[in-house]
Amino acid sequence: MTDKIIHILLLIVMPPLLLGVINKTKAWFAGRNGPPVLQSYYDIIKLLRKGMVISTTTTWIFIAGPVVTLAAVLLAGMLIPIGSFNSPIAFAGDLILFAYLFGLARFFTTAAAMDTGSPFEGMGSAREVTFACLSEPAMFFAFLVLAKLSGSLTLTHMLHGPAEGFSSAMAAPLILVSIGLFVVLLAETCRIPVDDPNTHLELTMIHEVMVLDHSGPLLGIILYSAAMKMFILGTVLLHIILPFQTRTMWINWPMFIIELLGLAIVIGIVESIMARLRMRHIPGLLIAALLFCGFGFILLVRYNQ
Amino acid sequence: MTDLLNAVLVIILVMNLFALGTSRINAVIRTVAIQGILLGIIPLLIHKHLTIPVAIMIIVAVVIKGTVIPTIMIRALRDAQIKREVEPLIGFLPSIILGAMATAFALLIAGQLPLASQHYGTLLVPTSIATVFVGFILLVTRYKAISQVIGYLVLENGIFIFSMLLVEAMPLIVEMGVMLDLFVGIFVTCIIINHINQAFSSMDTRHLVSLKE
Repeated sequence: MTDKIIHILLLIVMPPLLLGVINKTKAWFAGRNGPPVLQSYYDIIKLLRKGMVISTTTTWIFIAGPVVTLAAVLLAGMLIPIGSFNSPIAFAGDLILFAYLFGLARFFTTAAAMDTGSPFEGMGSAREVTFACLSEPAMFFAFLVLAKLSGSLTLTHMLHGPAEGFSSAMAAPLILVSIGLFVVLLAETCRIPVDDPNTHLELTMIHEVMVLDHSGPLLGIILYSAAMKMFILGTVLLHIILPFQTRTMWINWPMFIIELLGLAIVIGIVESIMARLRMRHIPGLLIAALLFCGFGFILLVRYNQ
Repeated sequence: MTDLLNAVLVIILVMNLFALGTSRINAVIRTVAIQGILLGIIPLLIHKHLTIPVAIMIIVAVVIKGTVIPTIMIRALRDAQIKREVEPLIGFLPSIILGAMATAFALLIAGQLPLASQHYGTLLVPTSIATVFVGFILLVTRYKAISQVIGYLVLENGIFIFSMLLVEAMPLIVEMGVMLDLFVGIFVTCIIINHINQAFSSMDTRHLVSLKE
């Protein structure tokens, strides 16, 4: 029971911290002091206390967009196990629900963007769903590999790996899958090689474009659910790249937090040393991620009998 | 040991695709250098006991492929003062897809080959075939002479992986000879690159079809 409460608390409280750590890492690389690590919390609280301006052309979908997104992402967060602990909700086949909760969130974000009637936001929506077409199959291939390795269709068991833990015989497909999932993580959370969260240049925006008309609490909710999405996908990735656990259960919580912050630092480093890809090269990157996950699956089927 | 070997080989496959997909020549050279170092480590994973000839081979392979050849190439690149971008005949995405198809083909065909039974579990054969194919693709689809040298290096890496199958039987002198050939080959090509560059003020091999006084 305590584990479930800690799981939910972490899921709710920790996400904005990741953004703070990423920004701090980027600032450190640029030789700046950077905003405080807790800046994202202040931003979100500030936004939640502000008023909203809602365009008269919009309908209820405009408000439903961010709310449904937050609900879907929160539910997805309940499905994944954190560290060595089981997830609060688990049933056979929940990986499909997990993938399509992200799909639902994306659908409502794009629908809300197009609800404003701005062609600019429609463009952003088109880009978002185009890239999602490529990142979703990559995620499914990754899940296929994990399902085959663990012989289970429940996310909790899949991510914890087989009963005896991941052996080095599985290293080859897992390396491929973790590379693919890392690219998916960067694409889904709009980080630099794919999308720049700071840019406001019309030609290159993807995610930022879609939320231009949202203000006040709605924008706060969008920022918060984006951070939570990063938390969730980061947790999934950590299960694959660092499947180590200690015997003492309570140590696993701080260990998980340190691992996740380490991942945030890695993302910050990637953002600092890489340039943003040109828009027409992004499908290439995502197809590469898809190929990696697909090859992981082929290798597994072919060589790990 | 085979498990760890397979992990290393998969990283080599990933690097192949990375070499096909990046536009910076320096990044490609560095990738191939790291690939060479990984290749040097492979004999360690195959051999049960570390003998002195094997140790010498590992050190020579790592030093030549990991440091000497990349240094020569980066110096040639700097002296020639050309644009630091790869100019592919076909786009980067089609190159990656071709490379991926070659890799898939290699994985399929390696299952059909009549191999010795101890080699069925490892990825040595498919990796070497895939790396040779990727080397071919790099050689054929790039205009600049230096990118073609990189393709040649990748090709050689593939053959090196194949020779790992015979690592127990292959005498040291053969490996050394191959390494020397490779080193001299790259050395000479980098000098030729400089000459091409001086004669045509570009490294584009397409200019070589026209005769000049």
